[in-house]
Amino acid sequence: MASHWSLWVIVLTTITLIALVWVLFGNRKREGGLNEKTTGHNYDGIEEYDNPLPAWWFYMFVITIVWGVAYLVIYPGMGNFKGVIGWTQIEQYEREVARAEEGYRAMRDRYLALPVAEIARDPSVRKMGMRMFGNNCAQCHGGDARGSYGFPDLTDDDWIYGGTPEAIKTSITDGRRAAMPAWGDVIGEDSVQSVTQYVLSLNGRQVDAASAEAGATVFAQYCATCHGATGEGNKLFGAPNLTNGIWLYGGTAEQISHSIRAGRNGVMPAHNEMLGEDKIHLLAAYVYGLGK
Amino acid sequence: MKHETIETNIGLMIILVVIALLFGTLVELVPLIFDRSTNEPIAGLKPLPALELEGRDIYIREGCNNCHSQMVRPLRAETERYGHYSVAGEFVYDHPFLWGSKRTGPDLARVGKRYSDDWHRAHLYNPRDVVPESNMPSFPWLFENDLDPDGTAGKMRALRAVGVPYTDEDIAGAAEAVAGRQEIDALVAYLQQLGTLLQARR
Repeated sequence: MASHWSLWVIVLTTITLIALVWVLFGNRKREGGLNEKTTGHNYDGIEEYDNPLPAWWFYMFVITIVWGVAYLVIYPGMGNFKGVIGWTQIEQYEREVARAEEGYRAMRDRYLALPVAEIARDPSVRKMGMRMFGNNCAQCHGGDARGSYGFPDLTDDDWIYGGTPEAIKTSITDGRRAAMPAWGDVIGEDSVQSVTQYVLSLNGRQVDAASAEAGATVFAQYCATCHGATGEGNKLFGAPNLTNGIWLYGGTAEQISHSIRAGRNGVMPAHNEMLGEDKIHLLAAYVYGLGK
Repeated sequence: MKHETIETNIGLMIILVVIALLFGTLVELVPLIFDRSTNEPIAGLKPLPALELEGRDIYIREGCNNCHSQMVRPLRAETERYGHYSVAGEFVYDHPFLWGSKRTGPDLARVGKRYSDDWHRAHLYNPRDVVPESNMPSFPWLFENDLDPDGTAGKMRALRAVGVPYTDEDIAGAAEAVAGRQEIDALVAYLQQLGTLLQARR
């Protein structure tokens, strides 16, 4: 705080304190009693005595003033004066964080030293993981981790970016960004429909055979680069397997056509800043152990 | 001084009441209005771009600040959940600030980049679609209303008048930046930048 503002605060606070003391002591009424004269106010026959403040009440005011002065001596309050014990809010916060770090360090180091696959079944890891999952992941993937429209189910064995401990850790740490372009304008609506038929046929669904055959050609030209020649996907690009009947954006012909036409760009945010290595390690173990 | 003197002299009473009320304001508030420590923007802080500015107005219009605070306090329980505690320099361009005082929903001071744009859109359309136990209202009309590009430049000029450093180019490009966009685009853009300048560990 600039020094003139510091002075401003000190002077005004001092004036306030002095004024309070004067109001309290300078106007104290000692004499009087229950039979003293009234103030002269008379409301429908109800009169008001002019008695002194009860002593216990008076001394409570005195205590608040003593308290105020003591507070201003011990804690920061008088402008730039830091108080005799040098307390700050940030320091208190940092002490609180440091104490927690200290308390959790041993446990954290123990789990960090063990591979994800090994601790995935550990009951206390599952318990901690569930709490962290609830705070950080459930908003999208659901409290039961079964996902919803546009947000992958983490309990099945179908992994868009890979289900190894390393892949899960990378997904949490750096996030993921799907990049399926919109094909509607590129291949035209007829091809969108025929590719849809072909993709449905990969899942053993009833399709228009001629259209699916035409779709196979388009698929080989445009889709196979990421989703693979057989449509089984490629975890490197986050291109989902299109043959196992698991659909992130729905598996009706209408929904599939829409995905092809408009593209899909699902995003998993990066969590390295938010969670840090140790929590990501535990969360990866929790997610790895889901549905196993 | 006898209290009859004050009680029977309304002018004197008004003066004394004003003085009694004023001292708290003069000591606790006035220095912070003018002091550098509360008026210095943190490194990298920029005035909200046109789309985000419109989003902020929608945030206010829909009353988001009635249920969501934008203020992470320096307590471990809060910084573990939300991220770095809020600092004064983050809010110097906020007129008015949206700290709020009630948390029916979570704090949003650092919600930026925490969820994907798709999530925000799904969540604002119907929160129950992604968070089944949520009691947040749905805001489907945000997906129907287009932004009014004529108003944005005026808002920027008004904010510049109270010290937000918008440039002439910012104001000239405002209409173009929001033209053809929907309210949902603006609100999501606003939410996605909240608190992203300070990114220490949660």
